[in-house]
Amino acid sequence: MASFGMRRGRRPGAAVERKEIYMATLRIPTPLRPYAAGQSEITVQGNTVGEALSEVVERYSSLKPHLFTSDGELRPFINLFLNDEDIRKLNGLDTPIKENDRLMLLPSIAGGNV
Amino acid sequence: MLDLDAVDLSNEEILRYSRHLLIPDVGLEGQRKLKAASVLVIGTGGLGSPVAMYLAAAGIGHIGLVDFDVVDKSNLQRQVIHGTSRLGDLKVESARDRVLDINPEIDVTIYNVPFTSENAIQIAKDYDILIDGTDNFPTRYLVNDVCVLTGKPNVYGSIFRFEGQLSVFDARRGPCYRCLFPEPPPPGLVPSCAEGGVLGVLPGTIGTLQATEALKLILGIGKPLIGKLMIYDALEMRFDFVNLFKNPRCKICGPNPEVTHLIDYEAFCGVPGRDHDEGSAGMEWDIDAVELAERLKRGDPIHLIDVREPHELEISRLPNAELIPLGQLAGRLSELDSAEEIVLFCKMGSRSVRAMELLYSAGFRKVKNLHGGINAWARKVDPSMPVY
Repeated sequence: MASFGMRRGRRPGAAVERKEIYMATLRIPTPLRPYAAGQSEITVQGNTVGEALSEVVERYSSLKPHLFTSDGELRPFINLFLNDEDIRKLNGLDTPIKENDRLMLLPSIAGGNV
Repeated sequence: MLDLDAVDLSNEEILRYSRHLLIPDVGLEGQRKLKAASVLVIGTGGLGSPVAMYLAAAGIGHIGLVDFDVVDKSNLQRQVIHGTSRLGDLKVESARDRVLDINPEIDVTIYNVPFTSENAIQIAKDYDILIDGTDNFPTRYLVNDVCVLTGKPNVYGSIFRFEGQLSVFDARRGPCYRCLFPEPPPPGLVPSCAEGGVLGVLPGTIGTLQATEALKLILGIGKPLIGKLMIYDALEMRFDFVNLFKNPRCKICGPNPEVTHLIDYEAFCGVPGRDHDEGSAGMEWDIDAVELAERLKRGDPIHLIDVREPHELEISRLPNAELIPLGQLAGRLSELDSAEEIVLFCKMGSRSVRAMELLYSAGFRKVKNLHGGINAWARKVDPSMPVY
């Protein structure tokens, strides 16, 4: 069966890999703004939530210890929402992001009385 | 909650609440529900102020107020339930008097104690709803756990600088606080208002919304903010709402709870629960401001480390102190020499105690905490320096 050059250079059965890089916004909560050059919203890019975050902490290295443990795990008191849904309910850090998605970092804050 | 059938309104009350009675969703029936209800307000400060005042105005029959602090001048920038005439008075008494002036028809019970694992269940048992107006993580977890264990809603609000959060945690119908925040942040990572500051009006907004949610719960109208968290960014004038979900692995409200009674919340959060009592690392680890001043004057080779934020230096500073903000300290330990004598300080002593814990666990032993922080220096050594 002739299939001119369609499979040339690819392993049999291999899917086409196309990396989608989308631009989304990340909201930085007030307590973390000093570590993101004072910004409240930044543009991020990546295939997944995890990729977007990694890219952010490379840009703003002082943000890293506030978000990630030394083992590279997201700190348990940091919540992440993608378009108002908790990523833990989606696919965690592997959740894919789309163009114009909105990511929100939500840490605990305690102030109220003093 | 009183028996609704036994609750009636006098002619004076009907006049007082006439604007409620005119609303079809409230009416006489609704106003009787408010009168039959009892709400516990934990904290009579930034959030507690608008909550207590508006709930009193609305005619909540029984309000409980928990606070063990006294009115301080720095409170008046936002704690509008108190006034200059009440400086030095117990906050719960000041709040009770204000609230009874707004509405003498209601009952107010005051608890001039810290809300702890020892007394929380006993205090909370008389109330239908708890309002979390506290300022520290240990108490927030305590309020949540009391509510989950006793089946009551927890109207949560919190603030920091220009940002506020709001939700209704009712474990019977949705997530609890621990579903969202299973673990507290490590000490030193999230400053309190005393350390981070807060725009005075901000707790006014969030507290009023907490009161609103409480009224909706009691009246049984509208959609209480259960299963959602509101985030208010005052600078951007933006309200965001995120969906919360009941965590199937939640340690207290999940199907396999590990927390079945109240715990030691200070230990859980790694810090003492009450900022105002801090400032001390314990006798052998503290150094008094006067003693420090004398030793520096003598020329003792002390390495002074200021763990505050850069903008605080504009208010007051100690000469020859090196600035290493607390949040950066862990990453800059290699800059320090454990053979040197180090004295740590911050504004009042709470952050420097945490800094001490950090250095101690890294093997530093020649470390001391300036008891009471730079404010203590201002009071005892250099009165020309402002206290803040």
